[in-house]
Amino acid sequence: MCRTGQQPGPPGAGGEKTSKAAFAALLEDSAEELYESAPCGYLSTLMDGTIAKINATLLGWLGLEPEAVVGRMRFTDLLTVGGKLYHETHFAPLLRMQGEVGGIALEIKQADGGRIPVLVSSVIKYAGTGEPLLIRTTVFDARDRRAYEEELLRGREAAEAARKQAEAARKQAEADRARLQDALTVLQKSLLPDSLPTMPGMEAAAYYHTASVDRLGGDFYDVFAIDGKRWAFFLGDVCGKGPQAAAVTSLTRYTLRAAALHDPDPVTALNTLNKVLHERYSGGDPRYCTAVFGILEPDSATGQVTVRLASGGHPPVLVLRADGTADFLPTPGGILVGILPDPCFAAATTVLTPGDTLLLYTDGITEARTGEDRTTLYGDDALRAFATHYAGKPPQAVIKALTELLDDFGDGLDDDTALLALGVPAEDPPTKNTR
Amino acid sequence: MDREPPCSPYAVPEGAAHLDTGSLEAPEPAAFVNHAELAILTGMDIERRNNITVTGNPEGPTVVLAHGFGCDQNMWRLTVPALVEDYRVVLFDYVGSGRSDLSAFTRDRYASLDGYAQDVVEVCEALDLKDAAFVGHSVSAMIGVLAAQAAPARIGALVMVAPSPRYIDDVDYRGGFSAEDIDELLLSLESNYLGWSSAMAPLIMGNPDRPELGEELTNSFCATDPEMARVFARTTFLSDSRDDLKAVGVPTLVLDCAQDVIAPREVGAFVQRAVPGSKLITLDATGHCPHLSAPEATNEALTTFLSGLR
Repeated sequence: MCRTGQQPGPPGAGGEKTSKAAFAALLEDSAEELYESAPCGYLSTLMDGTIAKINATLLGWLGLEPEAVVGRMRFTDLLTVGGKLYHETHFAPLLRMQGEVGGIALEIKQADGGRIPVLVSSVIKYAGTGEPLLIRTTVFDARDRRAYEEELLRGREAAEAARKQAEAARKQAEADRARLQDALTVLQKSLLPDSLPTMPGMEAAAYYHTASVDRLGGDFYDVFAIDGKRWAFFLGDVCGKGPQAAAVTSLTRYTLRAAALHDPDPVTALNTLNKVLHERYSGGDPRYCTAVFGILEPDSATGQVTVRLASGGHPPVLVLRADGTADFLPTPGGILVGILPDPCFAAATTVLTPGDTLLLYTDGITEARTGEDRTTLYGDDALRAFATHYAGKPPQAVIKALTELLDDFGDGLDDDTALLALGVPAEDPPTKNTR
Repeated sequence: MDREPPCSPYAVPEGAAHLDTGSLEAPEPAAFVNHAELAILTGMDIERRNNITVTGNPEGPTVVLAHGFGCDQNMWRLTVPALVEDYRVVLFDYVGSGRSDLSAFTRDRYASLDGYAQDVVEVCEALDLKDAAFVGHSVSAMIGVLAAQAAPARIGALVMVAPSPRYIDDVDYRGGFSAEDIDELLLSLESNYLGWSSAMAPLIMGNPDRPELGEELTNSFCATDPEMARVFARTTFLSDSRDDLKAVGVPTLVLDCAQDVIAPREVGAFVQRAVPGSKLITLDATGHCPHLSAPEATNEALTTFLSGLR
């Protein structure tokens, strides 16, 4: 009904009269009327909280008559007990310190026992001398808003609970992962010898590179005594990774050890391993490995060591000679161990003289990706060329150089790699540069 | 220490030394010490943790002003001017309140008044106070009683402003509240939760590197992390320290208010009766904060008592 003059009323009808009446009504909405019937509660109190003036709106919410309130009640009397405590500990001090307080959530008590959530703002009126005179307060009905806030609050609480839960789950997962890693480390260690045995007239060194701390590797090696005169060694690579591969590795290691004690002939040992693996895994999940197995027979009279070995599908071993050369000891035709019921393994023999070193390795090193774009494989020839530089050096030096080479591959080395070097010490410390 | 805490409302009078750290061991504010790990805290750490302000007459006897539950050391802004001429005045914020180091707050420590009393003892130790007069408002009055027991050489007199040793009614004792009332207060805190946002925390804690953030924010004196406020509220309103009152062995002044919904007059009288040799003055004041609502009367009672100690 608040039409302005821009829209003319119907001719001759009461339109103009209506708009005039509305405007007149507006004028009649006196300050008093505005105060009493404002859509919010108003009250003025003395500095001690005694209510001096209160509007009809607030009285209506409270369900109280002005006579019962003015001069008889303090502002805090309108509040719930919790509200009183909050008023005394937060609201009143803030008001005194700041001269005003805005938007504080409180609850007022109704005469019938009900409660209305409200938002309260107060300001102190000061005299010209700076003396505080009275407190003016507005009270807004905050029922809808409080319901909304409570929803937000519940949402936030739920989010906080969810966050805490997620955090706990994350911590649990981290702990589980750490435990798993510990277990894997222990298990991995059990697949490799703690240390290499001391062999009179010989030296040995080994290195194992684990591609991932999270996964058990499939490479293995070992060196151990057969009897007082002979030593056995082996090195190999089980197909696959992870727990299943580790199980095969474990089986392989102990089978070869037992086989060697029973009959140290290299081909026989590999045949025994083949039989065990083939039987064990022929069910449907074939497991096989490549391996070099050999026997070292030192001759204390000559200082030479006879090496007899057999290979089942494994890359040929390298022989580094005291004279500065390095060559593969070919073992052609040997096939993977465990894949066929009746395989053929290639045997080879060589003699190490003082200063010679036999190097066994898995294909992690020769299949390391090199070059700018990591697409070229390192390869057999590069390994032989590299090893040539260390021909004549003792096993520890050879392994150290190769370890550095592996480090240099960086992320080009993505497979496990086992290295084992067995050598005869040079008679005299090498004086000439064998490079 | 020449850093004026950014929130300090108190100017240091001419010639008054600010916190003298000459006797303190730490040459440099140590890398942040996590209190929860019970690291050894230096005086400097405590000064920052509890946002200590030292003002007034460095030659005068020391008066420690301790705020109660709800706000912070700014509550004493009308009291400090009455003391600065004759007394060395120490103000601080309890951990979890005002601009204390909120990261030093641990639920376990502050779940009992002893934890807050430990704050007081550590503040006294940081400044090497001896025989100081401790003025505690509301729950701080009881905290002062516990601190004086723990460090008798440090605290030589107590002023208990609107104290209550127990808020909840008991057999033969009227504290003024029921357990449900206290739950309701916790709800009130909860409903003003949204008024406090974590974004405000650095502002409330004070940020020496960015003084513009130290501007007084409306309501910030009483704004606290709701979690910490809840712990302080529970510790305050659920504690019962009536038995500790008889052990007080220092001159004690009890100030209560004519009209106080939190600490009614009968509670003030109870405290006076329980503390041996104490004196009670009922201030003609309304509300729980006479030092704000009736500063002249409060200051008069306070300075009269303090000068009588000399």
